[in-house]
Amino acid sequence: MELLIDVASWVCLLTGGFLGITGAIGLFRFPDVYTRLHAASVTDTSCMGLIILGLMLQAGFGMMFLKLLLVILILAYTSPTVAHILIKTARREGPEPILDNKGKNHRHRD
Amino acid sequence: MIFGLFNYWIVILMMMLGFYVVIEANNLIKKIIGLNIFQTSVFILYISMGKITGGTAPILTEGVEIYANPLPQVLILTAIVVGVATTALGLALIVRIKEAYDTIEEDEIYLQDRTLK
Amino acid sequence: MATATASIFLRDLFALVMLFGIFSLLTASFFLNLDAPDVAMTEAAIGAGISPILMLGTLALIRNRSAPRVKKTIRATMAPILAVTITGAALIYASFDMPYLADPQAPAHNHVAPRYIQQSLQEIGIPNAVTSVLASYRGYDTLGEVFVIFTAGIGVLALLGFMHNTSGRRYSQFADTASLDHHTILHVISKIAIPLILLFAFYVQFHGEYSPGGGFQAGVIFAVAFILYAMIYGLETVYKVVSMRLIRMTMVAGVLLYAGTGVASLFLGGNYLDYGTLAHEPVHGQHLGIILIELGVALCVASVMLSTFLCFAGRAAVRPDEMEEGDKPT
Repeated sequence: MELLIDVASWVCLLTGGFLGITGAIGLFRFPDVYTRLHAASVTDTSCMGLIILGLMLQAGFGMMFLKLLLVILILAYTSPTVAHILIKTARREGPEPILDNKGKNHRHRD
Repeated sequence: MIFGLFNYWIVILMMMLGFYVVIEANNLIKKIIGLNIFQTSVFILYISMGKITGGTAPILTEGVEIYANPLPQVLILTAIVVGVATTALGLALIVRIKEAYDTIEEDEIYLQDRTLK
Repeated sequence: MATATASIFLRDLFALVMLFGIFSLLTASFFLNLDAPDVAMTEAAIGAGISPILMLGTLALIRNRSAPRVKKTIRATMAPILAVTITGAALIYASFDMPYLADPQAPAHNHVAPRYIQQSLQEIGIPNAVTSVLASYRGYDTLGEVFVIFTAGIGVLALLGFMHNTSGRRYSQFADTASLDHHTILHVISKIAIPLILLFAFYVQFHGEYSPGGGFQAGVIFAVAFILYAMIYGLETVYKVVSMRLIRMTMVAGVLLYAGTGVASLFLGGNYLDYGTLAHEPVHGQHLGIILIELGVALCVASVMLSTFLCFAGRAAVRPDEMEEGDKPT
């Protein structure tokens, strides 16, 4: 049982780390503000959620578990809101999204 | 010896970075950011001096023998808040300067001062 | 450190402010690594919270987002580099005399600090050694620091403030654009988040004796809740909840509470800020004194942060070109 919890927490931590790295790479390589924001929000929610889940599994049942659970709840609450606000503001004031590759709404890579 | 002293060198490097930004930047907001970098490097100096090998956070609990030194942490706690007070005052001054001179570039401000009199 | 280096070369001010926030957050985690959770919390709350907010407010008031590149003479570019190199070399030369990192025999750990750590439980009775040193052993320093924050608050008020007293007509022109009325999601989220933030501020305040925390962090978090409210619901709504007069009185009340505790202990027969005389037993007196002064600190810090933000935000509601000549704010 101990081994199972250990393995599960390792899987969570590693997946979270991988998602974080891909999110960072996506932040650089995506062509458009909207796709970049999607990559960033994946890092914000899934990566941190998985890492905290891995930490929770390591912590066992106790005060630390409850505190980490609270952190996940607050995170699930606030980070999608932040992503939403950013996208909404970008849509209102910023560039048009690149919809397809055929030159419609196409902008130069910046 | 290098391993023992490297934290001071990192601190000195950051201090010099902040110092350079303060002297060299033309824009006033950039100067304030450089000042903050300088302040933060001083904080890191003190806190790293307070660390003890094998110690832990200075919250007295059962079963822990060595604690980190609480005294530098107290000083830096107050210093951080003083830093933000200074920053707030500096930023307020920048807003007023902008309203008075219509620019926040240092050389243009000097130019206006010289040509005014 | 990479963020600090990048800040030299950037000219876009907005990116600079964001980078500064990241730098502060990284420093906070660095502090955590150096066994300083109190300091890490304060640095995270202030350096990554209040400072970027104020800088963004300044950017909004200044309304240019980048610094133009200036052509400088060779002398002008080499002089700062020379000054920096000389100073850096002198400091590095000085660093060879310093004790090694984390050395237990360093002089910093041998005079007063072991006494603080060992006697803190008997004399003061709270587990958080940082709070006991901050509030009781070094109470004078904290008093001076509260005065510094108070002075900064007054300074910002003198420079930027008092405009809210004049003419609601200027306000109402911008209140609709200033508040985010059409952001329903923000309204819903903030209605649940803001009470939680306030609750957390109270928790940090009162639990500061047993875990990392204390007056400064609690004051900042408290102010942040109100700042969030102001950003989402608009300035007029905030002034209905807490008027500027209340904020100013809270500022003064915080300082008075702290200094008054000291004076009260003078009247009760001890030294200034000697909490042992405040209750029938010295340890209880210490507890009482620490609670009172932490409350004073939190009140002062919260109101100064909030009033600073409201001054910056209130300034934006009045366009400078609408002010006539000689139109002084009250």
